[in-house]
Amino acid sequence: MTKLTVNGREHDISSAPDTPLLYVLRDELVLNGAKFGCGLGQCGACTVVVDGTAVLSCVTPLLLVAGKSVTTVEGLGTAHEPGPMQRAFMQEQAAQCGYCIPGMMMCAHALLQNNPRATDAEIRTALQPNLCRCGTHMRILRAVRRAAETMRTAQAPASARGAVP
Amino acid sequence: MTGRLIALLVALVLILLVAAAFAVAWKPAIAPVAPPQAASFDQALVRRGAALAEIGNCIACHTAPGGKTLAGGRALPSPFGTIFSTNITPDADTGIGSWPGEAFQRSMRQGVDRAGRHLYPVFPYDHFTLLTDDDNRALYAYPMTREPVRAQTPANELRFPFNIRIGLAAWKLLYLHKGPYQPDRSRSDAWNRGAYLVEGIAHCGACHTPRNGLGAERRGELLASGEAEGWTAYALNQASPAPVPWDARALAFYLKNGWHEAHGISRGPMAEVTQSLASISDSDVGAMATYIMSVMGEPSAERRKRGEAALAEARKNAAGATESSGDSETERGGANNDGAGAAIYASACAVCHDGERALPFGGIHFALSTEMYGPNAKNLINVTLFGLPGAEGEQSPIMPGFADALGDDELSALVSYLRRRFSDQPQWNDIDQDIRAAHSGRRPVAIHPTHVALPDDASQRGKP
Repeated sequence: MTKLTVNGREHDISSAPDTPLLYVLRDELVLNGAKFGCGLGQCGACTVVVDGTAVLSCVTPLLLVAGKSVTTVEGLGTAHEPGPMQRAFMQEQAAQCGYCIPGMMMCAHALLQNNPRATDAEIRTALQPNLCRCGTHMRILRAVRRAAETMRTAQAPASARGAVP
Repeated sequence: MTGRLIALLVALVLILLVAAAFAVAWKPAIAPVAPPQAASFDQALVRRGAALAEIGNCIACHTAPGGKTLAGGRALPSPFGTIFSTNITPDADTGIGSWPGEAFQRSMRQGVDRAGRHLYPVFPYDHFTLLTDDDNRALYAYPMTREPVRAQTPANELRFPFNIRIGLAAWKLLYLHKGPYQPDRSRSDAWNRGAYLVEGIAHCGACHTPRNGLGAERRGELLASGEAEGWTAYALNQASPAPVPWDARALAFYLKNGWHEAHGISRGPMAEVTQSLASISDSDVGAMATYIMSVMGEPSAERRKRGEAALAEARKNAAGATESSGDSETERGGANNDGAGAAIYASACAVCHDGERALPFGGIHFALSTEMYGPNAKNLINVTLFGLPGAEGEQSPIMPGFADALGDDELSALVSYLRRRFSDQPQWNDIDQDIRAAHSGRRPVAIHPTHVALPDDASQRGKP
């Protein structure tokens, strides 16, 4: 048994230690947000966040994340109450087929957690490993910028939002 | 009386010594000229210069990351401090626009700039000295016909006493063996052309030959393994660690195309080199391979056998004879203390490196990988941590870096497992310290995308 925290909940995982994290998430925990794209760590569709950094779950064995905290796209909000990243992607209509989007959101989420004021260049660099074959890149970039703004204002103390002291 | 005579003699000798040192060290300035018009250069000469500049890969050092081409400013770290590459565009104030051809020739042959200052040998004039006057004229024509760029070179950050340029005169007395290249009449034309290129403009030894405490290449250890930008430049002499022995054909293919099926992908600083060599004529690349193979010598029967065994193992797996991912790997590993390393290999590495996809877009089978046989684990650690970035706008090999997924202990387990499983060499000693240095950034590691060509097998083209 391997202990794993996923989206704030602790689990005892029965999969073998060399099972890729992606299979654990999808097959054992039935969290189907992270996608299987290439299975080679080359497309980014399987990206999840482990202890604050974006990780390619298809080439990350379970034993490397034992005891760590994993966040998947399901951890960013629900269909009823989408989080700021998910709202921004909906508002910008950033998904076409949508297959790459969970990976894009998780990659962007890790970036903004570490660097809330990421520049356009930094966003592009961070998303560089994530492929989109529909071609909605410009909308994805807009969505990440919008999410960053929302998160900054939501996180900022009241005084920083323009309240006059 | 005698005392005074001796004192006088000593003083005289001292004065003579100082005068002699001055005569050796002092180089006159060459008068500046108005930048020559680009149109004044013969086009064929410029083309020949461009080809030489590609073999020399001038652009790599003389261009700062994100900066204008050949405008210099790239920081080049050394054990003596940081040196910044110079602007070699024809800008009159900040570049070499005011240099007449003879000043360019002198910088290549003697390592002295137009104003007469000694240049640091990070500019590899210990190699460039071999160039013929004719090639220097061609090489001069190339930068002089580029766009001038105004870019002031930052001041070097060198420790005392290395910041005093006059000391370089002494260095040159010891280590600069002035050219031009003298052909060896007992060898073939191809060998001589290869020696001229490899030891001269291509300056392979700058990375592949070990250096002494004063930063000079060790004379007796030609191409015997050195280092560059956080990477180990493998030995190209008899001590070549490649599990499959190189031959001239494979080496020429690798140099021109950036990869070879039995040797892998060029990466790190070598990726820039093979990118440059891609446009070089087959005869020149072939000559370079001919010369390097003569330095490497014939492989021993034992090495040949090892190479055949490695190829057989890689072929067996490529044919799908073994299904090596999954639980079996862990079980096999558990029995002989390979546990975590074997499990990480099975789930993170084997999908590409024990797969059916051929090079250059599939990963090399580790039985063929020189990294497993290298003198240290640095290159293996670098690639595992930082991966291989895709080349922008073209099809290229790509590997994700595992710096965020792997802890130092886990990487250590993986690296020692790979050495054990894929080579017959004793375990590396400094794995943990090499991992910490690279992972923490204390050993800066240069990462470059690899540009590959698929010259012979058009059937691979267009496949993802």
